[in-house]
Amino acid sequence: MSRTIRIRKGANIRLKGRPSSSIVDAPKAAVYAVQPPDFTGVIPKLRVKEGDAVKAGSPLFFSKDNPSVLFTSPTSGVVKSVVRGEKRKILAVLIEANQRGEAESFATLDPKTADRTAILGAMLNSGLFAFVQQRPFAIAADPADHPRSIHISGFNSAPLAPEMSVVLEGRMADFQTGIYALGHLAGMQGVHIGVRSGDRLFADIKGAELTQFEGPHPTGNVGVQIHHAAPLNKGETLWTMHAEDVANLGVLLSQGSYQPTRVVGAGGSEHPKPQHMRTLVGSALSTLVAGHSDTENTRYISGDPLTGTDAGAAGYLGSLHHQVCLLPEGNQPKFLLTDGWLSPGLNKFSLSRSYPTWLMPKSKEFTMDTNSNGEERAFVVTGQYEPVFPFDIYPVQLIKSIMANDIDGMEKLGIYEVAPEDFALCEYACTSKIAVQKVVRDGLDMLKKELG
Amino acid sequence: MKALHNILDSIRPHFEEGGKLSKLWVVYDSLETFAFTPGHTNKNGVHVRDGVDLKRTMFLVILALVPALLFGTWNQGHQYLLSIGDISLADPWNHMIWDKLLIGAWKVLPLVVVSYGVGLGIEFLFAGMRNHSINEGFLVSGMLIPLIMPIDVPLWMVAVAVAFAVIIAKEVFGGTGMNILNVALTARAFLFFAYPKQLSGEIWIHEVATSKADGLLVDGYTGATALGHLASTVGKPMMDADVTTVMGMFQPGGMFSFSNAFLGLIPGSIGETSALAILIGAALLIWTGIGSWKVMSSFLAGGLVMAFLFNLMGMNAYMTLPPIHQVVMGGFMFGMVFMATDPVSASQTERGKWIYGFLGGFLSIMIRVFNPAYPEGVMMAILFMNVMAPLIDHYVIQGNVSKREKRATLAAELRATA
Repeated sequence: MSRTIRIRKGANIRLKGRPSSSIVDAPKAAVYAVQPPDFTGVIPKLRVKEGDAVKAGSPLFFSKDNPSVLFTSPTSGVVKSVVRGEKRKILAVLIEANQRGEAESFATLDPKTADRTAILGAMLNSGLFAFVQQRPFAIAADPADHPRSIHISGFNSAPLAPEMSVVLEGRMADFQTGIYALGHLAGMQGVHIGVRSGDRLFADIKGAELTQFEGPHPTGNVGVQIHHAAPLNKGETLWTMHAEDVANLGVLLSQGSYQPTRVVGAGGSEHPKPQHMRTLVGSALSTLVAGHSDTENTRYISGDPLTGTDAGAAGYLGSLHHQVCLLPEGNQPKFLLTDGWLSPGLNKFSLSRSYPTWLMPKSKEFTMDTNSNGEERAFVVTGQYEPVFPFDIYPVQLIKSIMANDIDGMEKLGIYEVAPEDFALCEYACTSKIAVQKVVRDGLDMLKKELG
Repeated sequence: MKALHNILDSIRPHFEEGGKLSKLWVVYDSLETFAFTPGHTNKNGVHVRDGVDLKRTMFLVILALVPALLFGTWNQGHQYLLSIGDISLADPWNHMIWDKLLIGAWKVLPLVVVSYGVGLGIEFLFAGMRNHSINEGFLVSGMLIPLIMPIDVPLWMVAVAVAFAVIIAKEVFGGTGMNILNVALTARAFLFFAYPKQLSGEIWIHEVATSKADGLLVDGYTGATALGHLASTVGKPMMDADVTTVMGMFQPGGMFSFSNAFLGLIPGSIGETSALAILIGAALLIWTGIGSWKVMSSFLAGGLVMAFLFNLMGMNAYMTLPPIHQVVMGGFMFGMVFMATDPVSASQTERGKWIYGFLGGFLSIMIRVFNPAYPEGVMMAILFMNVMAPLIDHYVIQGNVSKREKRATLAAELRATA
């Protein structure tokens, strides 16, 4: 059947607290949040004010640059407040849920017969288009674009990630509907799904080209799959979407309602009960932590431990996130001999082999805290990023060209193909503790601005 | 250890902005972070980070240097006793290990102290001026410098060389991570060119000149290194009596026999003589992944290939030395393991490392044999390759760039025809 691509570069960060394959419904949150900063590149314009009643699918705000892109409420209730940060930047729109399950009704569509305009319209109006991302620049997609292709990753490889077979359990019909719909939006090169080698989950899916992948993290990143299956060239645009959102799209088209379901992987060494939990986009994190209460010394991460956001115990599940991780905070100094840089380090996971843990069996998992384990330094050690960066791109040189604001250099070195998340392992491995993902984000923003 | 940290915390305000000792903040900061990895947490981006940091990396390099340092210290005492006839070549083990270590340490320790003292002093000064924290880079350079010095080099010369290397080779470029040339080799090259007279001749064995004046020196001892002897043969016919005497020393049983050179029982810079001790360090560097095995192996290959080509030419006695013998002499091994692999001044692309290493080893042997005025070709070769490394990287990266451009052009054509 499909071709298999084997990826050797990369690494699995063996964190303790992987979610078990069981799945439960999370308790219903009292408050939900839709957070504009989740949608990179979007400048929000509010459509609601405090006290407005909303239903699932009612617009909360829209994108200033693309007013047709709506961002909608995940549930029914009342707008509790609009949280603002510096310069009155909108950080979140909070919805106090009424638990009545009222939803805006949208027209149902048969994706086989409907046309591009109808499908795009349904996605835009319901708020589902907000979940479409684009490359280059790794930002929210522009509905006016005609993407060359649409890419979906069929598996997660990030540390503590949820299992896709659990996430999509019983939802394959919806997923198929979503894929048919996306087929109308994609250009010449169609819809691509990257599948884990040997995984039969997507075997019966029609209307998409399957490519099998084998290898460690970040093989599950859609960017890696694009690079190896159908690399992006300068001048092209493509869209990406998470498989769960494709299933949500199927629900929208077949039932006419916006149900932003999330099956999250709830885990981490501090999580009392690591497992899969079914909830909605924007739920309060407190509903996903199984009663964990030591909020002082624990980091609540929405997203995976390499790319997620520090949401705080009072935070919310980010719109594009599929994981909740609880890790110990590493805010205590570490004495050099006991657990600092001169320690034997039998409990320190490292990709560098400078701790003896690389000799331990591959099944051993480690508790890692959020300490940076050293201070930021200039680039010294070389050959560290390349083994965990499965692109035919020179990562260090690309990072340096961004640091030097060398627009021409970044273009030539292939910045169009990458997203910050693709550099997460480089950042993890960096001896000099450089904030690689932020550098990449800055580079992408700079390039976007330069090109207008 | 909470107590120690509390003490550090309690004196901290004196060093902070506005405190009495705020000018010494860098000193306080470096000591505190030396003892305690700070409780800094990751904010944006990754939430967990690898356990390794620059301190551990540099420490492991120093650990890899320890065999060469210990052996070198011992060997300097050994060479001294050999030169005054206290022990003989036939029975080299006839002396207490501590005597030799003590004699060696008497000379080596001051070198280490001067190197670190001057170098770190300048580092602190610059870090203070720039308001940076101290970078760990000099911890390794400061150990490398004494190891590539002749035993009787005057301390003031070392101080001047270290100051020159740290300021001119490193700080003017922006400090650790920004330098083009290897810092330790720059110090050595500075001495070589600034004090050629003092750095040639009788400084390779402890007090060889004094011994000679006192009539203690064993016959045939000149205090010259293996490369010095070999350089003296160049330009003379192969059957010349002097040449055959010199080449005899490289035969089994001779002073510079392969086994002596491999074990390091020969005169030379403090850390460079023992290929065995250096290879133990190399094993640690490769095992931990800190030293690039690509650079090391291609450097070795380059040296062997050049020496083999010389064998084929065979134009003088020097050229006829077996390749395996060539690479265990002089600074070749030391340069290969500890200098060429310096990640900052070497090639930074993985493909570039192969080219960089190979050419480095190739040129080392070539310079050594072709130009007897520079018996230590390794130093020149690595410094030259340091300068060439960005160029190698440029072409390696250009290959990647043009590949991507071709792909884009092809895709654009396809789009146009569709």
